[in-house]
Amino acid sequence: MANFIDRRLNSKNKSTVNRQRFIRRYKQQIKKSVEQAVNKRGVTDVDSGESITITKKDLSEPIFHQGKGGIKDRVHPGNDQYSEGDKIKRPPQQQGQGSGQGEASDSGEGEDDFVFSISKDEYLNLLFEDLELPNLEKNQLDKLIDYKTVRSGYCAEGMPANIDIVKSLQGSIARRIAMTSGKRKHLKELEQQLLALEQDTHEHIKEIKGLKKEIKALKEKIKKVPFIDTFDLQFRNYAKQPVPTSKAVMFCLMDVSGSMDQATKDIAKRFYILLYLFLTRTYKTIDVVYIRHHTQAKEVDEQEFFYSQETGGTIASSALELMVKIMNDRYNPREWNIYGAQASDGDNWADDSPHCSELMVEKILPITRYFAYIEITQRAHQTLWQYYSQVASTHEHFAMQHIKSVEDIYPVFRELFKKNQKQVA
Amino acid sequence: MAKKNKMLSDGPDWTFELLEQYQHEIARIAEHYRLDTYTNQIEVITAEQMMDAYASVGMPIGYNHWTFGKKFIQTEQTYKRGQMGLAYEIVINSDPCISYLMEENSMAMQALVMAHACYGHNSFFKSNYLFKSWTDASSIIDYLLFAKNYIAKCEHKYGIDEVEACLDACHALMNHGVDRYKRPQKISLEQELERQKAREEYLQSQVNSLWRTIPKSQKKGALKQDNFPNEPQENLLYFIEKNAPLLKPWQREIVRIVRKVSQYFYPQKQTQVMNEGWACFWHYTILNHMYDEGLVSDQFMLEFLHNHTNVVAQPDYNSPYYSGINPYALGFNMFIDIKRICQSPTEEDKQWFPDIAGSNWLDTVHFAMENFKDESFISQFLSPKLIRDFKLFHIHDDEKENFIEISDIHNKKGYQNIRSTLSNQYNLSNLEANIQITKADINGDRSLTLKYTPHNEVPLAESKDEVLKHLYYLWQFEVKLIQEDQNGHDEIIAQCPPPAEDKEKAS
Repeated sequence: MANFIDRRLNSKNKSTVNRQRFIRRYKQQIKKSVEQAVNKRGVTDVDSGESITITKKDLSEPIFHQGKGGIKDRVHPGNDQYSEGDKIKRPPQQQGQGSGQGEASDSGEGEDDFVFSISKDEYLNLLFEDLELPNLEKNQLDKLIDYKTVRSGYCAEGMPANIDIVKSLQGSIARRIAMTSGKRKHLKELEQQLLALEQDTHEHIKEIKGLKKEIKALKEKIKKVPFIDTFDLQFRNYAKQPVPTSKAVMFCLMDVSGSMDQATKDIAKRFYILLYLFLTRTYKTIDVVYIRHHTQAKEVDEQEFFYSQETGGTIASSALELMVKIMNDRYNPREWNIYGAQASDGDNWADDSPHCSELMVEKILPITRYFAYIEITQRAHQTLWQYYSQVASTHEHFAMQHIKSVEDIYPVFRELFKKNQKQVA
Repeated sequence: MAKKNKMLSDGPDWTFELLEQYQHEIARIAEHYRLDTYTNQIEVITAEQMMDAYASVGMPIGYNHWTFGKKFIQTEQTYKRGQMGLAYEIVINSDPCISYLMEENSMAMQALVMAHACYGHNSFFKSNYLFKSWTDASSIIDYLLFAKNYIAKCEHKYGIDEVEACLDACHALMNHGVDRYKRPQKISLEQELERQKAREEYLQSQVNSLWRTIPKSQKKGALKQDNFPNEPQENLLYFIEKNAPLLKPWQREIVRIVRKVSQYFYPQKQTQVMNEGWACFWHYTILNHMYDEGLVSDQFMLEFLHNHTNVVAQPDYNSPYYSGINPYALGFNMFIDIKRICQSPTEEDKQWFPDIAGSNWLDTVHFAMENFKDESFISQFLSPKLIRDFKLFHIHDDEKENFIEISDIHNKKGYQNIRSTLSNQYNLSNLEANIQITKADINGDRSLTLKYTPHNEVPLAESKDEVLKHLYYLWQFEVKLIQEDQNGHDEIIAQCPPPAEDKEKAS
């Protein structure tokens, strides 16, 4: 007696719910792991998931069970050298302890970490949970307008290419039914009369002839109703709908003067990765413009931006000026969401700092969505920070943060994009 | 054999028609050997589905809980890295008996698995006394379905976190949720649903009367309630379900569900060696029988024997693959040995097993399967020959000494000791921590006292503090764990909430 059932086509993800439960429960630990991992990523590596490490200790499901020590009597197979009464040194790790005990023992296992992978989406969700892009809703429709053509019903006039055949033929059928219904009704009556007369025992030659003629005339009239009429034609109608543009440009500004060493640049780089990843979640297309500067600013590609070495003094305003120029040339603020991030070690030629804040207030902030300034330094703040502080106090979408070491990056990033930041401020 | 049988195709690929043919032959032979089985429901599944089945620890329908997710991720990881292969089959103690066959198996493997699971394990589930008295195969699927729906409903009503915390606490005490002496009643799903509502109300009223704070008729003087419960209780979950003061009705029901599931798995824990041994013995016997009848080819047999040998291999104690005694190996060899003792007993066997030496082997193996569990099975049937074959030796490890001692080896002096030591090794009451509820202070501060009685001076593992937290979650008043010290005084070894508060109270 046996029934065979082929279950292979049944869903195989019976455990999905439980897996989600697991991730839900260990969110805190997983987040920590994600935060540690993010500092190890490459700039362009945005498409992979992440392997997550949780220490086994945190995952334990405690039960009452016997511990080490006491008297243990065990039987083992394969005796090759011992006779009874032999006394041997206790092996360093109690081998075989917990054996034969089935699932009751979890003490035998080492303190290995529990490693598993999460998908890219899960990774990004965890990374950017509770964060949002500031000023996104604000002014969205009056400024950032792009038009999208959308279908909006039907109309009676239009280009032949837009004729909706199904709809038109439906109209044609309806019209024909409507125009012929009276005649059909009449025709039916006549035909019944004709039938009655023909079956009648008496002869009605004259009446039959008259009826037949009438029927013929009626049929012709019905036939004359046109199959399709311009009246039937239906054209698909399109309307333009304003949509918020989903294009964004991110300006990365970095000081590459002699005082910026590789470690500092590395920190800046990690910050930019985070910003880039974060923006990819909101915008489909993102342009990234890299501007580096010492006394002069220059637009460069990613490789040169992060890795080439330069020396010289620092005039930060040169980069801001270049940014303004590029914005004017290529990125119309009506179409693009503009974000800026400037990283520096705080060094700037003292006389230049007022100019920077002036540029910022007058030319950049009015058309950017958000501008973040991060200062990566262990030393005291200098003039640039002080001038920017004034800007920050009057402009909501200008933010500045101070990073001392690699560990600060993620917390600072979270600080910058915390939800409801405006309300808190 | 007079009639000439047509040889069945040996694959390597299987088809459903072939499975049917093999199944038919195996069923015929199984009947010849008097294997009494539940109806088989054989389900073919993929590797991914097998991992799902793994994750739900052998329950065909499991409620949702993160631990199953963890198990799944673990299985998936180790499988993907190639650190472990998946089992060829999983079989569930239910009526009809569900067995899962993996799609990837070759024809020979499918035949082995069918003989092993659908006739070996299946007949064990149906005839072994432990399974007969502790589990009810016909109602388990219904009950698990009820449990899953009930827990899903609770999650909906009270939130996932609440339910999860409750389940966590119950899981921590799961090993202590079994009535070892009382037999459970059998009920079906409808009855369960009907009774569940009534029970909720009744239970709550019981608890309320136990914890009533209004003093009862004082005229009768001091009530005789110096100790509650009257006797120590080993079924912690049952005690909590019935007596925890502040649990809500739905929480009691969840405690009950976990308790029932624990009870369902209880016989499996105690019959690992026998159950696997029995299944191996029968796949070996049945397929050999098929070969003798000319039903299967040499090629088929070679593939089968290759797999069989891997399954019943026993690595020696000093092998890197050694992880304790392989229950498949021990069980299989013991059943084979019983057959040998019946068919061709030596002088030694006649002396050790006067009852069974020379008896009908089929009667004897059925008798052995039906009436024993691992512990008693070994103490009854482990023969000196097997001890010699396995070269078993006994290590005595006393923590107080700085050496370990070989107490017995496979010689005349040692047989008896090795047999009883190995038997004890499978005695659940020695393996699991012996913890009993000794006192619930219902008239005082409502604290709960549990007592740990060590076996062979083995202390309780560190995890006790964590478990106590879970117990505290359920009981919601102070929980103490005590153990008797050398002088016979009870000593608190764990406490929740931690004793810091206690000192404050005392001072």
